[in-house]
Amino acid sequence: MRVGVVTFPGSLDDRDAARAVRLAGGEAFALWHADADLHGVDAVVLPGGFSYGDYLRCGAIARFAPVMGPLVDAARGGLPVLGICNGFQLLCEAHLLPGALIRNDHRRFVCRDQPLAIERTDTPWTRGYAPGERIVVPLKNGEGGYVADERTLDELEGEGRVVARYLDDNPNGSYRAIAGVSNAAGNVVGLMPHPEHASEPGFGPDVRSGTDGLDGLRFFTSILDGLVRV
Amino acid sequence: MGRVVVEFMPKPEILDPQGQAVLGALPRLGFTGFTSVRQGKRFELEVDGEVTDQVLASAREAATTLLSNPVIEDVVAVVAGEGAR
Repeated sequence: MRVGVVTFPGSLDDRDAARAVRLAGGEAFALWHADADLHGVDAVVLPGGFSYGDYLRCGAIARFAPVMGPLVDAARGGLPVLGICNGFQLLCEAHLLPGALIRNDHRRFVCRDQPLAIERTDTPWTRGYAPGERIVVPLKNGEGGYVADERTLDELEGEGRVVARYLDDNPNGSYRAIAGVSNAAGNVVGLMPHPEHASEPGFGPDVRSGTDGLDGLRFFTSILDGLVRV
Repeated sequence: MGRVVVEFMPKPEILDPQGQAVLGALPRLGFTGFTSVRQGKRFELEVDGEVTDQVLASAREAATTLLSNPVIEDVVAVVAGEGAR
C-alpha cells in the first residue's frame, strides 16, 4: 500500500504529505518529477508549493514534467490522485480536472484555518467523511481562486463533483465558493486547502477552531482503507 | 532573425484581479476616466531565419499548449513581429 508523493523543483509540502500518509498508517514513496515512472504506487499525491517558481502560470510548466506522462495515463485509468494547492493547479493545467485557479480576488496571500464542507464522499480520498461534514484545515495560497465557465460550473454541481466548498466567507473569490473538485469517476481530486497540515496532534489548526486539529487526516486514512479493501 | 509575437487576454467571464488593481491605481495618479482595465500577456519568440508559415503554425500550437491556458485565456494574436526590442 504505497502512496507516491511527487517532488517538483519548488515543491513545498511534499514532506508534510508523506508524513500525513505515514501518520495514517501507510507507506509514502518519494516520486521525482524528472523520473517518468510511478514505480507501481497505489495512489499519488501532488503536493503544494511553487513548482518551477509558478512561472508562466501555476502548474503550467510542471504539467509537462516527465513524471506527468505516466501519471496522466494512470489517472485516466483510475489511479487515485490527490492534488493539493499547487497540485490542484497542476491537475487543472493537465486537464485532468476542469477549470483553473487564478489570483485571489483580493490580491493578497491568504493563510488561515479554513472551514469547509465535504460534499462528495464517494471518492477514494473522502470516503471517511460524512456528506456535508464541516471540517477545518489550513488554507494558504495567493492564486487559489477557482474559476470555470458557467456551463462547467453547472455540470460540476449537477454531477455532484464539487468535493469541498468554503464555509463562512469565501477566502479567495472562488466561483460558487468551490474549494475542491473531482473528475467524473472520482479518483482524481483537487483541493486548494491543505488536509496534510491537519493530520498530527498539536500541529494542525488551533483547537479554538472547535476541532481537534486532525480534520485532514481522513483524506489519507480514506485512501489507505480503500486500497486495503481492494 | 525573425520574431513571432504571441498575445493573450483573460477571457471576458474570468475575473482579472491584476487589471482591477491597475484600474484602482489609475485615478490615484490622476488618470481619470478609465472605466475598465484588463491585463494580458505578450510573448516574443525568436527564430533563426525568416518567420515562415511553418514557424507560425508551430507558434500557434505552442500558444495553446504551453503559453496560454485555454480555460482562462484567449489567444488574440500570433503574428510575425516587428524588430523592436
